[in-house]
Amino acid sequence: MSTLNISNPVEPFLRTDRMPHIWCPGCGIGTTVNCFARALIESKIDLQSVALVSGIGCTGRVAGYVKLDSFHTTHGRAIPFATGLKLASPKLNVVVYSGDGDLSAIGGNHLIHAARRNIDLKVICVNNLIYAMTGGQTAPTTPGHAITSTSPYGTYEPAFNLPHLVEAAGAVYVARWTTFHVKQLARSIGEAFQKKGFSFIEVISPCPTLYQRRNRLGDGLDTMKYYKKKSKVRHGAPTSEVGLTMTGEIIVGKFVDRDRPDYQSLLHAQMVESLGERYVEPSENLCNCS
Amino acid sequence: MKADPRGVLTGTHFLDGDHACCEGALAAGARFAAGYPITPSTEVVERFAARVPVVGGTFIQMEDELAASITLQGAVWGGAKAFTVTSGPGFSLMMEHIGYAAMTETPCVFVDVQRGGPSTGLPTLPAQADMMQARWGSHGDYEIIALCPNSPQECFDLTVAAFNFAEEFRVPVMLMMDEVVGHMTEKVVIPLSDAIEVVPRRHTRKAADEYLPYSTNGDGVPEIAHAGEGYHFHVTGLTHDERGYPNMTPQTQDKLIRRLQSKIHDAADRITLLEEDGLEGADVIVVSYGITSRVAQRAIELARESGLRVGKLRLITCWPFPEKRIRELAATAKAFVVPELNLGQMVREVERATAGKAKTIAIPHAGGSVHRPQDILKAIVEASR
Repeated sequence: MSTLNISNPVEPFLRTDRMPHIWCPGCGIGTTVNCFARALIESKIDLQSVALVSGIGCTGRVAGYVKLDSFHTTHGRAIPFATGLKLASPKLNVVVYSGDGDLSAIGGNHLIHAARRNIDLKVICVNNLIYAMTGGQTAPTTPGHAITSTSPYGTYEPAFNLPHLVEAAGAVYVARWTTFHVKQLARSIGEAFQKKGFSFIEVISPCPTLYQRRNRLGDGLDTMKYYKKKSKVRHGAPTSEVGLTMTGEIIVGKFVDRDRPDYQSLLHAQMVESLGERYVEPSENLCNCS
Repeated sequence: MKADPRGVLTGTHFLDGDHACCEGALAAGARFAAGYPITPSTEVVERFAARVPVVGGTFIQMEDELAASITLQGAVWGGAKAFTVTSGPGFSLMMEHIGYAAMTETPCVFVDVQRGGPSTGLPTLPAQADMMQARWGSHGDYEIIALCPNSPQECFDLTVAAFNFAEEFRVPVMLMMDEVVGHMTEKVVIPLSDAIEVVPRRHTRKAADEYLPYSTNGDGVPEIAHAGEGYHFHVTGLTHDERGYPNMTPQTQDKLIRRLQSKIHDAADRITLLEEDGLEGADVIVVSYGITSRVAQRAIELARESGLRVGKLRLITCWPFPEKRIRELAATAKAFVVPELNLGQMVREVERATAGKAKTIAIPHAGGSVHRPQDILKAIVEASR
């Protein structure tokens, strides 16, 4: 009798010795990781050159599951950590992989400043509209009227429209997909790897345990049906028009794809202009190692 | 190994402590700094921003101290020697990342040019009131090393030492300056690069499939790898095992946290730097550090002129606290006099180490200026009785 030997093509990208993962049934984060791995496969990128940095939260755990140089940092600070990593080692492709609360609330200041500086980072923001790890509290992305553990009578704070925010701050690539759009998401991640500068991909993702359940929006599968039915692909849509509501349309697509010099190009040009031959390029191997 | 000559400004200079600290960092091999402006520390990174492009490195001014204190750690894992510089309010914001550096064993240096506090306090005037914060400011149990210069020359020398300790023990090292030391200008001699010993990073020589990021070879300090070298390692602020993987058991916590403490405790004799003078047969010993030690020097001289047997013990290393030396001295001295620019911080450590065998007398000062030598002298005279 022959043994059926089938392995998932994304397995080589995962720390399989850390499975099972902590994510709930129906959670979308695993789907985004699958898309990320497929984007790496398709882009044929040298895995040694990829470093992944996460903050804290459910999506923050991605760093622990990918077989890459991976950093699980502090809450909100994945982007500044990634900034230091990229500047010290420019050859790296640095990916920031974190959640909406981590990146846009506690880390919101770093998000806009990294976009302003146009640091060459690929930011994947899994937006489940809530603080999930801590039990489903209101996030800056929670749509109006949604019930959360800290908004038991419904959310009344206006939410961030993240694509609009990062475009205004200076990102060169901005896209949004849902976890229903696996092909499109993988393609966008691949495109971000081709861009030099601050790229931001928002992935709308279900949290059946805390967001969908509390708001009587069904389970993971129901959410997929909602994403399928209510998503409208509008490439190039003005980001001012892509804000989210609890049950309304979800505008997805590639909203921004533009070029402007990234931080390191600007730094180099300025130093050469001011210092000429006195400028010494930072060396790749910075520290004297034993 | 010896310092890279490109970063060493060999010669005799007239520098303030902040600038000397910057030159020490460059001499030690620091090629990355992330900072946020704050008085009275900003001159360190201003000089670094001017100097590092012609040496080969990067300065980035971040949006706040939360960012600066973690950006530098990203740079360390990218291969750089890196540091940040701040003062009290910024130091408060950096506390979480001092804990992250301790937990992930990221070798790096935090410079705190102390000013009066709490809160905005006295931005342009000195204090030494962050000493306990340097040791205990981040949550959880951990150990750090803290050094305390009392002159621009020492700002240079101890910045080099701080980077060396950081690399040797893979620990965040605090350089606890104060406003006076930071802003006073004196002669600073920067030696030839061949005369500056620099501790290289403890980079692993193991192949990727043999490398365990947090296993140690007996001395409690693991070997490091950098991103992009093919090791595919994981770093986390969560409690982790030797593979660097999160592990939420009391056993893993116990093993890790005890090692983070013992790697410093066990080497305390080597880390402890003290300046001692006239301790033999002294009735009274003045324990001081930083700018206060310069004032104490005058008081000690005056006391000796009047025939009192007074010893000087200057703490160059404040953390780990040199409790063994204090304990030895408590067997023979009558009293310890401890002037400091706070209302009683390191004096508590002195009192604890003496274990009641000698009297401990605090000379508190809320900051904003330095002590008057007469105040220290008066305490010495009273303690000698």
